[in-house]
Amino acid sequence: MDIKQRITEANEEVVRRLTSGLPVLVDIAPAGEVIPGMEGKMITHSGPPIEWSRMCGAQQGSVIGSVIYEGWAETPEDARALLDGGEIHLEPNHSHSTVGPMAGTISPSAPVWVVENRTFGNRAFCRQVEPRQQFGDYSPDALDGLRRWRDLFAPTLREALLHLGGVELDPIIIQALQMGDELHNRHSASSSLFANQMAIGIAKAGVPLDRALPTLGHLAGHNLLFLGLAMAAGKAITDPARGVESSSVVIAMCRNGTEFGIQVSGLGDEWFVAPAPVVEGLYLPGFTSSDAGLDMGDSAITETVGWGGFALGGAPGILALVGGTPEDALGYTREMRGITTAKHPTHRMPALGFEGTSVGIDIRKVVQTDVSPIIDTAIAHREAGHPIIGAGMVRAPMECFKGALRAFGRRYTP
Amino acid sequence: MTEPIDDLLRGPLVIVNLGLRGFAESLEAQADDVVQVDWLPPAGGDAEMIDLLDKLL
Repeated sequence: MDIKQRITEANEEVVRRLTSGLPVLVDIAPAGEVIPGMEGKMITHSGPPIEWSRMCGAQQGSVIGSVIYEGWAETPEDARALLDGGEIHLEPNHSHSTVGPMAGTISPSAPVWVVENRTFGNRAFCRQVEPRQQFGDYSPDALDGLRRWRDLFAPTLREALLHLGGVELDPIIIQALQMGDELHNRHSASSSLFANQMAIGIAKAGVPLDRALPTLGHLAGHNLLFLGLAMAAGKAITDPARGVESSSVVIAMCRNGTEFGIQVSGLGDEWFVAPAPVVEGLYLPGFTSSDAGLDMGDSAITETVGWGGFALGGAPGILALVGGTPEDALGYTREMRGITTAKHPTHRMPALGFEGTSVGIDIRKVVQTDVSPIIDTAIAHREAGHPIIGAGMVRAPMECFKGALRAFGRRYTP
Repeated sequence: MTEPIDDLLRGPLVIVNLGLRGFAESLEAQADDVVQVDWLPPAGGDAEMIDLLDKLL
């Protein structure tokens, strides 16, 4: 069999795995108890591997916040001294079956969503989504938000979840795509659908009102509640598609605010990186593009499985956040057909004639067409110490795909 | 006796342009009917990538 045929068959197998995953939320537990390899004074972060000194301002700020939150330091200055001295172990989320939004920082006591892929039996993890510490804000208010999640919301939701025996996420994903979510930065429908189920769980579990009411308020008021679940689902779906010999399909795209990185199924765990790009976007009052950091976060796992920018045509409501016209959004979604392998059989978009989302980004098609994946994303400040400042659109750097294609050629051609 | 090419050139022409749009625009300025083909060189014209793609795609 020639190499082209082998690639075709390998990519079909990868797409079979990507489209047959069944993510189920099975637990909400402290990271140190459930994430493989999370030991000692470790903080995991978004994007490809990076050392402390090369992290962007926002990611450094978020790490500082995690160090203080864990009680390993009392002040930002003390936290920096620990990090400068190499006393905190920093590793990429992706190396631990994990993903995290924006700076993506996860520390041992932080409760994470635990999602199991029922088809393949693997588990993946993601931290909660919030608008402050994950963007680099380490103020007392930002860290109080982490403590409230740890001490109140997460344990209450865990009690409800265990009473329910888990929550299947694919029915929520399917329904939300038909209700105008693209499952990266618009989670209005998915968050509501998830909140409905958890509210029933809270009631059935008999959670006392002093914990039930604030937790229900959190569920009702958090428009991006489901993003962490979608990301964990995306990671749980993509991990079984790793390591398929001869496959040219992308199984991870992520950014640490300094570099953008991709991994390819047929190329093992090697990262192909390029400088993180500038996000074109809209800014919250008081901020401009001159304040913005570069592209950051593991949340492009959603585009990797066909949501986010790839499903933008079915989610015009998101344009109020990221800018652009409905025609632009449909154009992006149609454009992504040209760089992918298949249409998802059940993740459908009504605005596109109920066609399935595009899955299986093929590095060969990206390079051939000179069209790189489109991602909608939030924007962090370029300096440490700030919450979210905006949102917009960004393209994955073509150099990641060219680098991967060079490696693919070296490995698979004589 | 006329050649087929003479018949073709004697009648109204519809010109198909592949490549730089400027050629099509200069013909349109002369009131010719021009069809611009939506085409770009593969891999943005990157010779190393084109060579790899010939082997892999």
